[in-house]
Amino acid sequence: MSRQAALDQVEATSSVSSETLVRVEGCTKHFRRGSEEIRVLEKLDLEVPKGEFLALMGPSGSGKSTLLNLMGGLDRPTTGSITVAGERIDQLSRPKLAAWRARHVGFVFQFYNLLPVLNAERNIELPLLLTHLSRAERKKHVETALEIVGLSHRQKHYPGTLSGGEQQRVGIARGIVTDPTLLLADEPTGDLDRKTGDEILDLLQALNRDHGKTIIMVTHDPHAAARSTRTLYVNEGRLRAEPVE
Amino acid sequence: MFNWLSQIVALTQFNIQTIWQRKGSSAAALFGIAGVVAVLVGVLSIGKGFEHAMQASGSPDTALIMRSGADSEMMSGLSRDETRIIADAEGIARNGDGALASSELFVIINVPKRSTGTDANVPLRGIEPEAFGVRDVDITEGRAFEWGKNEVIVGIGAAREFLGLELGGTIPVGRERWKVVGTFSAGGGISESEIWTDAGVLQPAYRRGNSFQAVYAKLQSAESFPGFKDRLTTDPRLNVKVVRQTDFYADQSVAMSSLITGLGTLIAGLMGIGAVFGALNTMYTAVSSRTREIATLRALGFGSGPVVISVLAEALVLALVGGVAGAGLAYFAFDGFRTATMNFQSFSQVAFAFDVTTSLLVEGIVYAALIGLVGGMFPAIRAARLPIATALRES
Repeated sequence: MSRQAALDQVEATSSVSSETLVRVEGCTKHFRRGSEEIRVLEKLDLEVPKGEFLALMGPSGSGKSTLLNLMGGLDRPTTGSITVAGERIDQLSRPKLAAWRARHVGFVFQFYNLLPVLNAERNIELPLLLTHLSRAERKKHVETALEIVGLSHRQKHYPGTLSGGEQQRVGIARGIVTDPTLLLADEPTGDLDRKTGDEILDLLQALNRDHGKTIIMVTHDPHAAARSTRTLYVNEGRLRAEPVE
Repeated sequence: MFNWLSQIVALTQFNIQTIWQRKGSSAAALFGIAGVVAVLVGVLSIGKGFEHAMQASGSPDTALIMRSGADSEMMSGLSRDETRIIADAEGIARNGDGALASSELFVIINVPKRSTGTDANVPLRGIEPEAFGVRDVDITEGRAFEWGKNEVIVGIGAAREFLGLELGGTIPVGRERWKVVGTFSAGGGISESEIWTDAGVLQPAYRRGNSFQAVYAKLQSAESFPGFKDRLTTDPRLNVKVVRQTDFYADQSVAMSSLITGLGTLIAGLMGIGAVFGALNTMYTAVSSRTREIATLRALGFGSGPVVISVLAEALVLALVGGVAGAGLAYFAFDGFRTATMNFQSFSQVAFAFDVTTSLLVEGIVYAALIGLVGGMFPAIRAARLPIATALRES
């Protein structure tokens, strides 16, 4: 097999294209706690190609979640720029950033962050309320998302009656229901046992492989990171290709 | 703009539909506000009831003539000659028996209250037959007193509030006791707090000779009052003051209704402040427990403005339900509740019913809405201003 054919095969398998979806350039993020300035990220650069499943690892407080929040438009960098799908998001106003998140980002949280007063299908429907879809269209999208995560039979269940793994599946369904450009997962298996965590990782992998979703996942767990197509390490506010011993 | 509005609609619908799921905190806010509104409406209904009793007593086409300088019938005095001149004046309505002008005596007697057993001042009014043409009264029980006899009829308010004024009872007049032969209603007016008898028998009992204290005259129309007043006040034979009956009672009710309304507003205001803090606390607790929910919604793309407005809408709905419940409670508990209080102008008791008017109900509900809005505003703004990344990690 020629080198080019092998590369093509790798690209086809991982669905990673050469097109850069996320570009972080010279990003720093400082927080102020009283008179103390905490430097979380320092002149960080990162490129995430479309279709990649990137794992960000690092010790607690290393800044990996902060980086994820910056790429998801939940926070803004102190300096530097962040471009997602060709759009500079670090310069958007708060309302525009909120609208951008609704269009482009799906979030998966460690503790699921489902609304306890809504059943599974209504939790999943929430991001669709920000679109112009009709009720029937929203229902169809929700059913598709439920099908993908394998929870069609639990659509009327409230979070309190679902297991941790099922809740996280609902969280993932909510994250993908709008077919976002980018899926960001912050410790998606952090609250789950190994077996359930593996099922969630299978699901994320399938979303990346079969549906071409670009996923950036923050994790502590090397086992989870091993499912990604690339792993980077955040340490003392900087990105590294290898873990720091 | 559409997106903004649709977000508000979606979030508000979501918040309101799920109020039941948060029944604990919702009920705390609702009952707190209902209590405040019930007290506010209840207290203010006292003032309204007193005002209504005084206003129902007057008719714009009825004039009250007293001695010049007198502020109440108690302080007035008119001779028989003067009352005759007044009755002959142009402008007074007439029927087959003559002018509709009743010369009257007004004295105070002590009668024990049913509620406490302590003596209270009750007005005893001596009237002339024309009084029934001047005022609109109906005998509700028994019969009218006979002219020239020591008999009285009692207003239904007085009969209810005081001992011995029921049909068949007796009242002390001088050294004698006069019999109650009937009770009467007068459209909820102040007359219902009075005892009526023949002026002709009351004069000797109180050694008033042939004098009276006031003349009540039914005019041909409300418009004829200015001319009538001018004629009497410019008549050199008279030294009198002429007032419309409505104005007279309105003046009399000002002090008491202002006192009650002022006190009521003060009490309700203080309670309202307490309720605002209570509602604030409740809403803060409710919103704090939902900080992560709100942050999740914001992370998904809902704007801070719609989040604030939807939380305010939820607070408003809770407050309105509380307000309606409180107003309803006040209506069923207080409307028509009868009591008596001192009229400081006449130093006599006025029996009246608490009056929970539509305007009071509306006032109470508006007050509830204000409490809800103020109580919900601060926690809503706080929740919307918290950094999303921080709030997402709150437990």
